[in-house]
Amino acid sequence: MNDKVLLAHGSGGRLSHDLIEKYFMPRLDNPILNRLDDSAVLEMKGRIAFTTDSYIIKPVFFPGGDIGRLAVCGTINDLSTSGAVPKYLSLGLIIEEGLPIADLEDIMASVSETAKEAGVFVVTGDTKVVDHGSADGIFINTSGIGIIPEDIDISGANAKDGDKVIISGTIGDHGITVMAQREGLKFTVPVESDCAPLNGLVSDILKVSANIHCLRDPTRGGLATTLIELASQSGVGIQIYEDKIPVRDAVRGMCEILGFDPLYIANEGKMVIIAGPEDADIIIDILRKNRYGGDAAVIGEVTSQQKGRVVLKTGLGSSRIVDMPAGDLLPRIC
Amino acid sequence: MKYVEEYRDTELGRNLIKRIASVSKRPARFMEFCGGHTVSIMKHGIRQLLPSNIEMLSGPGCPVCVTPVGDIDKAVFLAGKPGAIISTFGDMIRVPGSVSTLQKAKGEGADVRIVYSTQDALEIARQNPAKSVIFVGVGFETTAPTVAASVRQAFKEGLTNYYVLSLHKLTPPIIRALLTAQELDLDGIICPGHVSAVTGARPYEFIGNEYNISAVISGFEPLDILLAVEMLIRQVEEGRHMLENAYPRVVRYEGNRQALDIMNEVFEVSPSNWRGIGVVDQSGLRLRDKYGALDAEKAFDIERVDVRENPGCICGEILRGVKSPSDCRLFKNVCNPGNPVGPCMVSAEGSCSAHYLYGGENER
Repeated sequence: MNDKVLLAHGSGGRLSHDLIEKYFMPRLDNPILNRLDDSAVLEMKGRIAFTTDSYIIKPVFFPGGDIGRLAVCGTINDLSTSGAVPKYLSLGLIIEEGLPIADLEDIMASVSETAKEAGVFVVTGDTKVVDHGSADGIFINTSGIGIIPEDIDISGANAKDGDKVIISGTIGDHGITVMAQREGLKFTVPVESDCAPLNGLVSDILKVSANIHCLRDPTRGGLATTLIELASQSGVGIQIYEDKIPVRDAVRGMCEILGFDPLYIANEGKMVIIAGPEDADIIIDILRKNRYGGDAAVIGEVTSQQKGRVVLKTGLGSSRIVDMPAGDLLPRIC
Repeated sequence: MKYVEEYRDTELGRNLIKRIASVSKRPARFMEFCGGHTVSIMKHGIRQLLPSNIEMLSGPGCPVCVTPVGDIDKAVFLAGKPGAIISTFGDMIRVPGSVSTLQKAKGEGADVRIVYSTQDALEIARQNPAKSVIFVGVGFETTAPTVAASVRQAFKEGLTNYYVLSLHKLTPPIIRALLTAQELDLDGIICPGHVSAVTGARPYEFIGNEYNISAVISGFEPLDILLAVEMLIRQVEEGRHMLENAYPRVVRYEGNRQALDIMNEVFEVSPSNWRGIGVVDQSGLRLRDKYGALDAEKAFDIERVDVRENPGCICGEILRGVKSPSDCRLFKNVCNPGNPVGPCMVSAEGSCSAHYLYGGENER
């Protein structure tokens, strides 16, 4: 066996079959996939949540995860934000010719482990190999299907005056980790990506509270962008408190050095929860018991003022409006 | 000691604000020189916390912002040269020149790379001996020494494919130019923090001595700035005009000798063109003749293009402190961080960007 992925691996011929038989099937093994038909046949009842996302990340491997874990978590978390129980995933790979087979093995191992952890099955997939230079290592697309339990009604439009705003943990870990790797900074940053499947955490809190109104994972654009979207979708104001937002020292330090604001840095394993105030304590309690919610905190509340806007109260007592970021984040000069 | 959290302590901050309120009687107008000061003031909402008789203006201390259109055009021209690799700091690539930006040039196939250190640019030169690696050097006395170090190192190594386009600028001469122009009627200046770590405090003493204006060197955390403002207010109330240092954990009176020496060895002081202000004598740095072979201005025949600026953009007046971003009719309409018309919206340290991101309700 060659130690690199070749164009022929995507041709549909013998090498394609080898790839599937050797590296994909043993990892993803499940009765639906094992039929190897051209489409997966699923038995489902009730309301279905359906989502898709493509994953392109440089570097493909980073502290705390890799593109495989990211692709599974991202789609699981998107399903979870509607309160759905994620069930099935598709996995589409676009591989640049020359990717070491060992890397592909590692990525598939992550896909498999993460899917197992989250209790979902990869039921259909596809692999294409493109010329060297036509992609960057590997791109992954995952789509996902989940079932929404009967009495669940969660939407970004459901926030109400008086609700509490909760974040499930520290912000900025993923973005800063990847940035530190990508930019080839000559010092190590003691932080890892928070990349994690949050369906367990969401199911835990839905068990104890019937007053969860909005769930959203603050990925690209960070916490700030997610809160602005929620404020605008629900037609409410959101007030947050600077000193209540959990940020790791390492992330804060890196942001200081590079001139970034943690509010705008991406997360891959955090959930924003907006819920009725009466349930805030129990939700925090349950979140903190989950392995991905140890640093959960109430960071603010929903108001009827400044509709569509997010206002941040600084530690000094002043307030400012939090705006959407525009354009790429670039490091500063001095 | 973490050197950040301590200077954001909210209780100490609230005490300082109370003290400021009790000391301040007279109306006073201060300018914070650095873009870093402006960002911190906006981000922490410091203007709202000061008494209404204190007015804060933003100054020209943003290296990207003061780079004139013509110099951006030079960098864009060099990026289009076959075999050229342009390396520079992040914000520079988005600043609009007359017709293009380095970012657009990159999109059209030019090799433009963002680096964090001139050492990275040197490394690119070593690894690409057949290419011309041109470092676009912007920045004040904070960045100039590291660029100087790269020039000296390239010279010693005999690297023949490393060049510097020196757009460096000096801070004391521009403060003098602003004060001489008498457009602002200032009572005090918050003097540069990181720049002063290199220059030392001494070069700013003329502000009090010659212009009777109070001056305090400040760091960038909210407590640093509140302390500097309090010291300025006390000077104003007591009728004193002198230079004080509110940033002694970083700034020494004599500055950083090593950094100054290497800067002086590689560069000589020259006139420099500042956006919105014009050519100011002795306010820039160019490579000394000894290092002429590494000077991009000399090594390449840079074609001059007609310099065009958006006539609606008032970055120049904003840099002089004469106008505020909210006075600009492009602000937030045509001009935003995603589509910056002028450099003050591009740079993370620019006034327009700071007001856009962190501006209060009155600017919405």
